[in-house]
Amino acid sequence: MIKIGVLGLQGAVREHIDSIQASGAEGIIIKKKEQLEEIDGLILPGGESTTMRRLIDKYDFFDALVAFGKQGKPIFGTCAGLILLAGEVVGQEKAHLQLMDMKVERNAFGRQKESFEAELPITGVADDFNAVFIRAPFIREAGEDVEVLAVYNEAIVAARQGHFLCSAFHPELTDDHRMTAYFVTMVEESMKELAS
Amino acid sequence: MSNLGTDRVKRGMAEMQKGGVIMDVVNAEQAKLAEEAGAVAVMALERVPSDIRAAGGVARMADPTIVEEVMNAVSIPVMAKARIGHIVEARVLEAMGVDYIDESEVLTPADEVFHINKSDYTVPFVCGCRDLGEATRRIGEGASMLRTKGEPGTGNIVEAVRHMREVQSQIRKLIGMSDDEVMTFAKELGAPYNVLLEIKEKGRLPVVNFAAGGVATPADAALMMQLGADGVFVGSGIFKSDNPEKYARAIVEATTHYQDYEMIGKISKGLGTAMKGIEIGTLAPENRMQDRGW
Repeated sequence: MIKIGVLGLQGAVREHIDSIQASGAEGIIIKKKEQLEEIDGLILPGGESTTMRRLIDKYDFFDALVAFGKQGKPIFGTCAGLILLAGEVVGQEKAHLQLMDMKVERNAFGRQKESFEAELPITGVADDFNAVFIRAPFIREAGEDVEVLAVYNEAIVAARQGHFLCSAFHPELTDDHRMTAYFVTMVEESMKELAS
Repeated sequence: MSNLGTDRVKRGMAEMQKGGVIMDVVNAEQAKLAEEAGAVAVMALERVPSDIRAAGGVARMADPTIVEEVMNAVSIPVMAKARIGHIVEARVLEAMGVDYIDESEVLTPADEVFHINKSDYTVPFVCGCRDLGEATRRIGEGASMLRTKGEPGTGNIVEAVRHMREVQSQIRKLIGMSDDEVMTFAKELGAPYNVLLEIKEKGRLPVVNFAAGGVATPADAALMMQLGADGVFVGSGIFKSDNPEKYARAIVEATTHYQDYEMIGKISKGLGTAMKGIEIGTLAPENRMQDRGW
């Protein structure tokens, strides 16, 4: 069975695990970097990106996560996870993992009272996906190799670059598992590629 | 078409805070220290609970200047407290753009009978609870997050433990019941029937439940996580300790790795003195904050 990890330092970890299981893969909570060796793909969940980054540094996860991505293993970042993947963060001198060629803005839709749900078409995933945005970021600029998967009010809110996937919204907060299933398929494909 | 302030958006915001520590702060400097230490949110206050206790008199919503100062200082979510039943304080905080409102027993209640009808607001609310009845009444009114009440400003974990154990044991009891027993349980607890049914079906509360009211050390935080808390609020415990920066960092780490005892031992070394605590038995009944609200 395909094993997909969820970085379990802080945030909506359980919801992603449930969604992974519902999509027919095994979900594993990753609390120590050694566990990365056991898994075929990784989800960086929603939460507070500043908190997660501090814990990533504290537990020496940083290089291990970058190496995991560079090996060709798929990573899916939602909300705070999207911020961690970005090459550039508006207003921050240094971004985090810098695995995707994009510039992102934190809390780009405003504070909590501006948080919302909206129905979105997502290329390759669904025409009517109920997307939940919570103090969400968006992608301000996407590089050439980045495929835009969803746009809301002219803001890019989901994208893919090779084996990296990200969304500004929280697919794990609804019972619609199509976005997670899309990622599971990406992991399957990468396993075939890495094996050949 | 987009929908603001839905249950999913309000409860979801609390889901993102799970496994984290929310810290009380009284100015921008403390807020920045909390953010640096890895807090998932800060609670902007005029005084921390132990100082509210010491000061006596009526405790109200913080001066908006302080809340604004904290909101401008950090990028993590900012919470603020309104008095129980004080509809206007809550509306003012909502208008200011605060991310979460705590309808809190730490402040002097404005209404001894009614809590705020929280479903009316776009901003989410967190409320205190001592047992499953109180927890579900608050959910029924529209609270999007819960926390145990504990006994705020005492640095004594015993009440937080009592409340968390009570909530968890009543949930276990409910899950084990047959459907025809639930209405009687609802009557005993004074709980909304439909909320109990939802909990029974899900096997857990429909909202996140943090621990609060007495967390003073990294081991206290880890203890609450082990008893089933989704995260912890630390009020006076950080900025009333000898070394707030060290305490803040250590409590964040202990919350993340609450089952790694070796690590908790390591981070607990040389922290200096924790806040001075209060023995619960010495508190006069009128000084028990947990008995405010129902």
